[in-house]
Amino acid sequence: MSNYFKVIRPGINSTFQDLGRFGLQHLGIVAGGCMDQLSFCISNKLVGNKISEGALEFAYQGPLLELVGDSVLVAISGKVNFNIIKKNGDTIQGVSNESFIISNGDQIDILSTINSVYGYFSILGGFKLNDVKGSVSTLVRAKIGPNKGDKLKSTDKIFFNRLSKKEKTKKIQFEFEQDNIIRVMQGLQIHYFLKKSQEDFFSKEYKVTKLTDRMGMRLEGQKLENTVNKNIKSEGITKGSIQVPGDGQPIILLSDHPTIGGYPKIANVITADYDKLVQKIPGTNIKFKLVDLAVAESAFQEYIKKF
Amino acid sequence: MLKKISNIGDCGITCDFGDEVNKTINKEVIKLFNFVRDSVKTGKIKGILNYTPSYNKLIINFELGQIKSQQIIEFIKSSDYSKINLNENKNIIEVPICYDEEFALDLKRLEEKTKLNFNEIIKKHIETDFFVYMIGFVPGQPFLGDLDNSLYHDRLDTPRIKINKGSVGIVEKFCTIYTFDSPGGWNIIGRTPFELFNINKKNTSVLSPGDTVKFKSITKEQFFSFKNE
Repeated sequence: MSNYFKVIRPGINSTFQDLGRFGLQHLGIVAGGCMDQLSFCISNKLVGNKISEGALEFAYQGPLLELVGDSVLVAISGKVNFNIIKKNGDTIQGVSNESFIISNGDQIDILSTINSVYGYFSILGGFKLNDVKGSVSTLVRAKIGPNKGDKLKSTDKIFFNRLSKKEKTKKIQFEFEQDNIIRVMQGLQIHYFLKKSQEDFFSKEYKVTKLTDRMGMRLEGQKLENTVNKNIKSEGITKGSIQVPGDGQPIILLSDHPTIGGYPKIANVITADYDKLVQKIPGTNIKFKLVDLAVAESAFQEYIKKF
Repeated sequence: MLKKISNIGDCGITCDFGDEVNKTINKEVIKLFNFVRDSVKTGKIKGILNYTPSYNKLIINFELGQIKSQQIIEFIKSSDYSKINLNENKNIIEVPICYDEEFALDLKRLEEKTKLNFNEIIKKHIETDFFVYMIGFVPGQPFLGDLDNSLYHDRLDTPRIKINKGSVGIVEKFCTIYTFDSPGGWNIIGRTPFELFNINKKNTSVLSPGDTVKFKSITKEQFFSFKNE
């Protein structure tokens, strides 16, 4: 008997992701990968997979899936509101960050993320995905990755590996960081901006706008005055860089960013705060706190303890 | 000459070769890029995830749990990569181009601006050996130079919403080839049927930084009958 999930509703932006595709940025291929690394890894841990196993990432509204085949252990991580609709019609409210068994004919209805953007769905043994250059991350813009490099669509079938290994359900206690302070380091072109604008950037609130996706997060707030040059010679981009185009409103470059760009950069988000940042929904006011490399590196040591 | 190395956040560094954009500086960048890539491939340094050369900078991204920026900076500073022979991995790639007016959307405008006629513009373009400065923005898109200075022109005031894959555009002293249908503001002078980028092939990108591109004029019939291997 073949085992798969039938996609009844694909959700808004559901893609397969792993930790990224590396070593190709000089050919214009960004690393990409899951947005919230900690939540991604937790979904794999909950089902006993290695933490880098490919998982299904969803944003805001997730998919409605029906299992065709034998019972299997799955998990949903993040802050997610979802239901398990049993074959007999009974509906059970799901609990995220806790693995559970789903049986033939049952449906998982991922209704929404709660005051956050991304969630992850993992299965014991992992999904059956063909890797592209060593990764199953999907880069929709360039049609790279499993599922022909595309988002999940209705009528898709999601196949998975079936292991004879039996894994028990488990629960991971997990505290989401709720504050809106994002720590950053100075950007390469910080001196392009007026002293006053630098002060504004590190003290005033900036609102996350709706123009936010896997590629970037556009912010709205006190205009940043550039007194040197609105453009720079195009240079390589790093995830978390905060660039400021001519209109003076910052854009944070996220996982699927273009590989090179020509706007000056005022700051860079530190690794330890990236997961927290990408989960901020439009309308949230965030504040940037300037730190140095030593602080960023010790924050990272704290961050990896959670994995 | 490598002028300085700075941190970009906690998991990136930039090797800065100055502000100018010319082949001499870009060749220095590519030399260091080749050195870092070889060092990663031969296991001389661990934890490096990506290396991105551009006109005058090399950006290196690394895994913070594996290595710290200070270790990479010391590795680069203590290495003598100047001896790498850039010619060893320099390929010359012939790219077919059709300058038919169906594809050369901006040739008329360029004729007016440059006071050159259609054939003179094409001749100057085709006689240039283009150096691949960098690849990126989107997968496989090359930034080539230097164009004959009589063809220098600014970007379009209003970028087009869609430029077809394969379109060849010029801006200032640079030439690019669109590898995906995308928006863009470059002056389009022709189109190639040659697929420069295919993620499913072993050799994903036909071009690499440091290569040379020579364009070869083809007819519309040749364009439509062209087969990518």
